[in-house]
Amino acid sequence: MEIRLSDIEKNKATYKDYRILRWLTSVDHKEIGIMYLWVALLFFVVGGIEALLMRTQLVMANNHFLSPDVYNQIFTMHGTTMIFFVMMPALFGFQVYMMPLMIGANDMAFPRMNAFSFWITLFGGLLLYFSFFAGGAPNAGWFNYAPLNESAYSSTSGIDYYCIGLLLAGIGSVSTGVNIIVTVLKYRAPGMSLKMLPLFVWMSFVNAFLIIGALPSLNAALSMLLLDRQLHAHFFNVASGGSALLWQHMFWLFGHPEVYIIILPAFGIYSEVFQVFSRKRIYGYSFVAGSTVAIALLSFGVWVHHMFATGLGNTVNAFFGASSMLIGVPTGIKIFNWLGTMYGGSIRFTVSMLFAIAFLIEFTIGGLTGIAFSIIPIDWQVTDTYYVVAHMHYVMVGGSLFGVLSGLFYWFQKLSGKQLDEKLGKIFFWLFVIGFNMTFFVQHILGIMGMPRRVYTYPDLPYFTLLNLCSTAGAFLMGGSLLLLFYNIYKTARKKELDRSDPWDGFTLEWLSTALPGQKNFEALPEIKSRRPYWDLKYPDKADWKNDDKERK
Amino acid sequence: MSTTWIIVALILGFIVVFQIAKASEYVSILRGEEKTRKQNNRINGFLLLAFLVIGLIGVYYCNQTLKGKILGESASVQGEKIDTMINITLVITGIVFVITQVLLFWFSYKYQEKEENTAYYFPHNNKLEVIWTVVPAITLTILVGFGLYYWFQITGEAPKDAMVVEVTGHQFGWEFRYPGRDGVLGKKYFKEIREDKGNPLGQIWSDKANQDDIYTTTTVHLVVNKPVKFIIGAKDVIHDVGLPHFRLKMDAVPGIPTTLWFTPKFTTAQMKEKYGPDFEYEISCDQMCGKGHFGMRGIVLVESEAEFDRWIATQKPQYVQAMSMQAAPANTADSTGKAAPSTAGIALK
Ligand SMILES: [Cu+2]
Repeated sequence: MEIRLSDIEKNKATYKDYRILRWLTSVDHKEIGIMYLWVALLFFVVGGIEALLMRTQLVMANNHFLSPDVYNQIFTMHGTTMIFFVMMPALFGFQVYMMPLMIGANDMAFPRMNAFSFWITLFGGLLLYFSFFAGGAPNAGWFNYAPLNESAYSSTSGIDYYCIGLLLAGIGSVSTGVNIIVTVLKYRAPGMSLKMLPLFVWMSFVNAFLIIGALPSLNAALSMLLLDRQLHAHFFNVASGGSALLWQHMFWLFGHPEVYIIILPAFGIYSEVFQVFSRKRIYGYSFVAGSTVAIALLSFGVWVHHMFATGLGNTVNAFFGASSMLIGVPTGIKIFNWLGTMYGGSIRFTVSMLFAIAFLIEFTIGGLTGIAFSIIPIDWQVTDTYYVVAHMHYVMVGGSLFGVLSGLFYWFQKLSGKQLDEKLGKIFFWLFVIGFNMTFFVQHILGIMGMPRRVYTYPDLPYFTLLNLCSTAGAFLMGGSLLLLFYNIYKTARKKELDRSDPWDGFTLEWLSTALPGQKNFEALPEIKSRRPYWDLKYPDKADWKNDDKERK
Repeated sequence: MSTTWIIVALILGFIVVFQIAKASEYVSILRGEEKTRKQNNRINGFLLLAFLVIGLIGVYYCNQTLKGKILGESASVQGEKIDTMINITLVITGIVFVITQVLLFWFSYKYQEKEENTAYYFPHNNKLEVIWTVVPAITLTILVGFGLYYWFQITGEAPKDAMVVEVTGHQFGWEFRYPGRDGVLGKKYFKEIREDKGNPLGQIWSDKANQDDIYTTTTVHLVVNKPVKFIIGAKDVIHDVGLPHFRLKMDAVPGIPTTLWFTPKFTTAQMKEKYGPDFEYEISCDQMCGKGHFGMRGIVLVESEAEFDRWIATQKPQYVQAMSMQAAPANTADSTGKAAPSTAGIALK
């Protein structure tokens, strides 16, 4: 498709004089999507610096680079930031930007609510960070267990800011969830049935139900905690009849689905990337789509596996051990589907494909170490050690963050009209992946050796210093390689002319839109007859709907 | 020494990657874009293979150097079962891991974009998909089943002859209470807690069972080969009794007592012979509990029956101390150093 720079400029001309006001007042899904991504990047830098501070503190035994108090604040903020203000906004950014494009819509269903969700999330994040100036950041871990989170044990106002910040972001997430559901149900291009949704859209859609199911539990818990702290209610205060475990139940009832809320849209990104760069359709669409629904349903029934060591009854533990095992199955078989997509393909190793392949490696490791958690005695042994830290980062970084990076390289052309430099991207990829494995692989061993997590320093036991040093070196390698990514983004953003609108020979509708979509996404849409409408349009004789599409019978 | 090696390896790694990048840059100038893409594909396909091989060698190397140095043999009878479980799980997950990874790297090497290689039409195959759903499901069921079986044994009723010790966590340390001669732990109530009156656990003195209960802090004495049951609680926030050498762990939740039983296999003295004179069995707090969490440690001292009896004979019940403190309030003031010892009148102010 021809690039029509003039058209794009025409669309944007009206704004030209209002550089800042334009962003502040925008209700366009693409601009909001980009703002989400910028916010995620901003908090990613902050959260990354916090991670490096921690690794510097842990570089050797009995180190005193940070004080224990500061260390507790830093690891709490690192976890909270990365989950609520990096992964969530980054994935929302892609969903809000790409989803309407992929289903042939011109905007989200509720553009103003979309803007509201973004701004309230941003303000939540800013409030959370304001705590540093208001006497101290929250310091009780990202899951902030009661009664340590009560004012009797945490007297600075950090946890109050934690409550308000996450509450605001939580409200934003719920309204985005609603927005996504309505958009998918009501704004699909004519002819596109729910069965023809691109997998990224399908997974975002299922994910939106998870969001509106899980977030309220957190929001309720946060409100209760705020009542406890500010108005002396007694929800979590054991001494006056509250329950110390109630917080854990409410938190993990949200917290475990949250893991899937962060991973499902990333799965969607991988599903697109594997197809396009293997030059094939996804292998077993209905299995991938169906197993996503299974995950969503099961994820509400596994929260107690975070609490096996709290001495709940045997029946309870047996039930949740079994359900944790069950949820492993639909997650695991997706790996086979992606392998099946690669099988017999014609694979191009672009940066986004490389990240998707690396994801398959890291996520398999993360998944298999995760199986240990459904086997109770093992869970029992490794809970709260570095093994958990390693497992969690293999899932969250190797799963979600790699997905975001993969999506960034895949869609950057749609986000900015320009393509990221592939060569720099590949150097970044290799350094980042090597650094990642150095950092977190050894932590499995540390965990099995019994190093508890969240300790500000550790005694000089055999191999502890060596392994921790290796981990810190890896963390700095990751940090350094990210500078390369930032340079890449900067360099690309400064390029003068736009790149081709369809650099990867894509399958889905977003590539049909102009190089950099203007205010209106589509002038006209082709008739949608299969899951790859743009492919059908480009190669009419190889169109999917002409091939024997067995799945439709 | 090893530090230097890591730094050297890191620098070498950097150099190698940059060289490869540079080389491919020159190649791309010499050839056209299309050719470069193919070339690039080959390089990355190869790098992925190399990554697999180096990764596997690395895992093997870690395993060889650290074998036997990781925590050592389980020091409790129950821990052996957990070690077996971990080993079985490692083997099974290891097999799955190797299969998926070999497929992944093989596919990404074999099916990379080449002239003669066009994508193959392969949308789905229900039989295959059912197989790879059912097989993992069954394997997992077996693993989880065995896990539950062992676990019910460990958390089930402790044997009748088990020694009972109450473990209480607080910010930031551990307290222990032995039931004394009568074998019964006396009642307690958290509102009775008065550190200054010699009652740190809130024991109710009117309960006769309390009068011979023995209270200690930091170190808990246990008898080798004798089952012990911990009754675990906390005074303030949630802590966690982590016993890495015994492979056990249980949360200490305020208001909700939890239990745990095990049988220590070796005395501390035996372990010191094996692992050097600095060895101590450790209770680490494994649940984030505030500022001092990192230093919240206790010691388990496993002794022979005779040694234990000698030790417990020297211990006075907490009741005796509390009573002496209540009887002579002047002494309490004394110890704070605020009041002059001479006249009771001043001390009472
Ligand atoms: Cu503690």
